[in-house]
Amino acid sequence: MKTICLYFEIHQIIHLKRYRFFNIGTDHYYYDDYENERSITEVAERSYIPALKTLIEMAREHGDYFKVAISISGVALEQLEIHAPMVIELLHQLNGTGCCEFLAEPYSHGLSSLANEECFRADLERMRKKVRQLFGQTPKVCRNSSLIYSDEIGAIVADMGFKGMLTEGARHILGWKSPHYLYHCNMNPNLKLLLRDYKLSDDISLRFSNSEWNEYPLFADTYMNWIEALPEEEQVINIFMELCALGIYQPLSSNILDFIKALPAVAKERGITFSTPTELCTKLHSVAPLDVAYPMSWVDEERDISCWLGNVMQREAFNKLYSVAERVHLCDDRRIKQDWDYLQASNNFRFMTTKHTGLTMNRGIYDSPYDAFTNYMNILGDFIRRVNALYPADMDNEELNALLTTIRNQDEEISALKKEVENLQMKLTKAEQPVPSTEETAEKPAAKKPRKASTRKTTTKKD
Amino acid sequence: MKVLMFGWEFPPHILGGLGTASYGLTKGLAQQSDMEITFCIPKPWGDEDQSFLRIIGMNSVPIVWRDVQWDYVKGRVGSYMDPQLYYDLRDHIYADFNYMNTNDLGCLEFSGRYPDNLHEEINNYSIVAGVVARQQQFDIIHSHDWLTYPAGIHAKQVSGKPLVIHVHATDFDRSRGNVNPTVYAIEKNGMDHADHIMCVSELTRQTVINKYFQDPRKVSTVHNAVSPLSDEIQAIVPQKFPHEKLVTFLGRITMQKGPEYFVEAANMVLQRTHNIRFVMAGSGDMMNAMIQLVAERGIADRFHFPGFQKGKQVYECLKASDVYIMPSVSEPFGISPLEAMQCGVPSIISKQSGCAEILDKCIKVDYWDIHAMADAIYSLCTNQSLYEYLKDEGKKEVDAITWEKVGVKIRGIYEQVIRNS
Repeated sequence: MKTICLYFEIHQIIHLKRYRFFNIGTDHYYYDDYENERSITEVAERSYIPALKTLIEMAREHGDYFKVAISISGVALEQLEIHAPMVIELLHQLNGTGCCEFLAEPYSHGLSSLANEECFRADLERMRKKVRQLFGQTPKVCRNSSLIYSDEIGAIVADMGFKGMLTEGARHILGWKSPHYLYHCNMNPNLKLLLRDYKLSDDISLRFSNSEWNEYPLFADTYMNWIEALPEEEQVINIFMELCALGIYQPLSSNILDFIKALPAVAKERGITFSTPTELCTKLHSVAPLDVAYPMSWVDEERDISCWLGNVMQREAFNKLYSVAERVHLCDDRRIKQDWDYLQASNNFRFMTTKHTGLTMNRGIYDSPYDAFTNYMNILGDFIRRVNALYPADMDNEELNALLTTIRNQDEEISALKKEVENLQMKLTKAEQPVPSTEETAEKPAAKKPRKASTRKTTTKKD
Repeated sequence: MKVLMFGWEFPPHILGGLGTASYGLTKGLAQQSDMEITFCIPKPWGDEDQSFLRIIGMNSVPIVWRDVQWDYVKGRVGSYMDPQLYYDLRDHIYADFNYMNTNDLGCLEFSGRYPDNLHEEINNYSIVAGVVARQQQFDIIHSHDWLTYPAGIHAKQVSGKPLVIHVHATDFDRSRGNVNPTVYAIEKNGMDHADHIMCVSELTRQTVINKYFQDPRKVSTVHNAVSPLSDEIQAIVPQKFPHEKLVTFLGRITMQKGPEYFVEAANMVLQRTHNIRFVMAGSGDMMNAMIQLVAERGIADRFHFPGFQKGKQVYECLKASDVYIMPSVSEPFGISPLEAMQCGVPSIISKQSGCAEILDKCIKVDYWDIHAMADAIYSLCTNQSLYEYLKDEGKKEVDAITWEKVGVKIRGIYEQVIRNS
């Protein structure tokens, strides 16, 4: 029996503002508030709200039969909370129908999985907690930013207790294998892998409204026939896309929502079911381990990380950013931590790509990759200065860590000692109470007295 | 195919980009084996490279009949012209020009530069062109820039052959909008008579269409290219300061080139950093004003004016640089950033320049956006990766832009024009 795993991602970055080098050291606010508000409200109105309403309707209409999975990045969540709380309200409603599973993904939508394990763990863990807090379900399946996956990343994720992970069904990884099975991480068999069927996914998210496409116009029946026509043994059809594919990449005028809405009914006719990622991971067995020595992703034709780290500029920016990862991890300055989240977002690196993909690329406020690089490096210059200003720059991170732990421990030690002093004082006052002569003395010296008394007492104890 | 070209400059004695473009273009065209080019210039010096075309010096074409001996002619013009050609040309004098100020050979003198009596020289050039057009055999006429449009028209009327004009610049570029009516009239007249107009960029093409009211169908864009660097130039060892970065502006210091924006951007950069030096090489009517502006801003210790650079000096200057900048307010094409990129110098160019249409591996800014310009300079000087990327990729990109390809394109246009005429 075939089953469809439908998954949508919600992510929008925090746009950086135009930041010139002469602002370094004087201006510590890096964001384009106007653009952030404008873009998130636009996406919410044109895509998220109508799309989520449709999903809720589908869930109500089909009851338990329809299932969907959603993940949301932390930075997008923050923006939605401020500018479009309606979307969060709808997510709660969708959660209330019981047919939606929420997955975890790195809070910052960054590339920390390629740079710093600790940072990646913290990023993912933070989102897991956030989802639990918000929707009352603990994610058991996760996805990395832009579905980046490699063996090492899989091992880390498995170690964190996740049962499954979503990634791309990239042809150069799969070769003759089909993405319509469940696989597992070759470094830890407990982590199941769900591979995206990019053909079927892109038919919706990339080509749906393209009138030059030979399958245009696409109807739900045709689409389901394709799935039905797959070999009997191929059971899992993973259709993953960004939620803004419904409404932004494919305009609402193309009737994309009606197409989505029709899917469960036509699937039912053909005996095809819907499943959440967790259901798949628990019900099905993996057919084989998947070897992924080099990271892959769901971006571009290459399905690798070249769109973020393909040229020297991107690599320099990336290395510079993560060179302060440990420092940021050590500090507890809230504004620095927040900037750290926003600066990590992979989109910042994507703007610097010099690849020719044939598709026109939205570079935001930047008109060239060099412009994007310059702006980002200026901001990073200021950010790194701020991080370095926290602790002496010439100090080794390990040394610093040791010092910080001593300081933190000192805190605990002091509080422990204080408690002990209090306890002893209590005991002392209890012990001194029977003596009648002290009661008449004024209260002021009382503070001094017990100390003397306590020292006396310790000495007496020893005796 | 035989082409009669009228030009004003030809290397090695050049005053601006026109000479470089004329050389590259003819050389690229001459790669086609059946192409015969005759190139007319006002005043040859004798050291021009004539291996791929024939040069006629307009100052050696008689317009008044003089009875002179072979040996005498040989002694006078032999260094750049076959004396027989003098006699052939003498047979085609078409009117009595005795009232004109001719020399002992019956020729007019030309300065070959851009003198104050430029309009007189243009007119004289056109008179001489009449003789050349009557004597020479050719299939098409090709005039470079407005100085030679009257000559082109004259030749067309005499021979009945089609005229193609090449717009290297318009007066709208040179004057920032304050067009000289006489120049405009000459340009417009040339375009009206031309069978086809080639522009060095889409930017220029739009000016020609909108400001000179030409039919878009007869106006096409033929972007310039660069000649590969010679071994001598490639052998120049760059002299770099170890701890300092050099930002260079190279060109005429005139209104068109936007030098003041460069000074202002430099000032902003120097407010924050001190290991960068700025060079404004060239001369022009705004040079003194710029020196004064630099002094006013108090950055004269880091801003240098080495003056006009010639030949090899240009490349020495480029190779010593870390950033090349061309903030032109209006640049029909602008070959110099391509030359800088050939030398592996990352370039910043204004979006208002024609070469921005074909260059990708360089930084483009609006000429008035001094903040962006300063930012780009700072970024190139501090971020090694950006510098390296643009250095390598820029060179690769420019090396693929060759005159040979331009030549093929021009040939196509010639054939189309001849077919239609």
